[in-house]
Amino acid sequence: MTPEAAIFWVFAGISVASAAVVVLARSLIYSAFALLFTFFGVAGLYVLLGADFLAATQLLVYVGGILVLLLFGVMLTHKLYDLDLRSEVTQFLPGLIVTAGLFVILCATALRTPWASIGERAPSPTTAEIGRLFMGRYLLPFEAASLLLLVALIGAAMIVRRRKDA
Amino acid sequence: MITLQHYLVVSAALFCLGLLAVLTRRNAVNVLMGIELILNSANVNLAAFSRYAAGNLDGQLFAVFVIVIAAAEVAVALAIVLTLYRLRRTPNLDEADILRG
Repeated sequence: MTPEAAIFWVFAGISVASAAVVVLARSLIYSAFALLFTFFGVAGLYVLLGADFLAATQLLVYVGGILVLLLFGVMLTHKLYDLDLRSEVTQFLPGLIVTAGLFVILCATALRTPWASIGERAPSPTTAEIGRLFMGRYLLPFEAASLLLLVALIGAAMIVRRRKDA
Repeated sequence: MITLQHYLVVSAALFCLGLLAVLTRRNAVNVLMGIELILNSANVNLAAFSRYAAGNLDGQLFAVFVIVIAAAEVAVALAIVLTLYRLRRTPNLDEADILRG
C-alpha cells in the first residue's frame, strides 16, 4: 500500500465513521462533536486532492463558524440545565432502506461510468490562482455571494428579533 | 493507487448518511447537521473532479461558493429554529404544525 493510499483510507475512514456517529448518536452533543471529526476528515481529503485553499477554508468556516453556530442552536433550543439532550428517531427503517438503495445506485454509477481522466499531475499551490480567478472570470458570482451573505445576515437578525406586540 | 472512483464512493457514503439524518431525525438542529454532511459530500465530488478529470481550478471555486452558501443557509435556518422554539417550546420538526388546518 502506497503512503497516499494509506492516508486516503485514514481520512476516508475518519469522515465516514464519524458521519455515521452524527446520524446514529442518541445525544445531540455527541452528534455535534462527531461532525467536527467529519469536517476534519473531509479537510484531509481536500489536502490529498491538492486543494490546499479549500482545506483551510473548510477548517475556518465549517469548524470555526458553522459548527459553533450549530452548538449554539443545540444549547438555545433546550432548557439550560436539561442534561437529556436527546434527539429522537422516527421512521428509521424506511429511511435506512431508501438511503441504502441510493448508496448502491450511486456506487454502481461511480464505478461503471468511464470518467474522463487527465492522469496524474503533481499538485501545485492553488491559493494565488484561486484569488486571480475570483477577481477575474468569477467576479460576478463572487459579488453575488457577498451580497447573499449580507442578505442572510440581515434576514437572520430580522427573523429572531423579538417583536414588540408578541 | 487512489483513483477518482474512491473519492466518489466516499462522497456517496457521506451523502447517504446525511440523507438518513434528514429523513429520520426529529430534532431540527440534527437535520441541519445532515444537510451539512450532504453539502460536504458534494464538495468532495467537486474537488475530486477538479483534480482528476478537469485539470483546472473551476471545481474548487464552486466548492468555495458551496461553503459560502452553507454558511448563509445555516444562519437563516438556525434563526427559524430559534423562532420555532420560542413559539412552540420544541425543537422537533413534526410538532411544527401551526399551519395545519
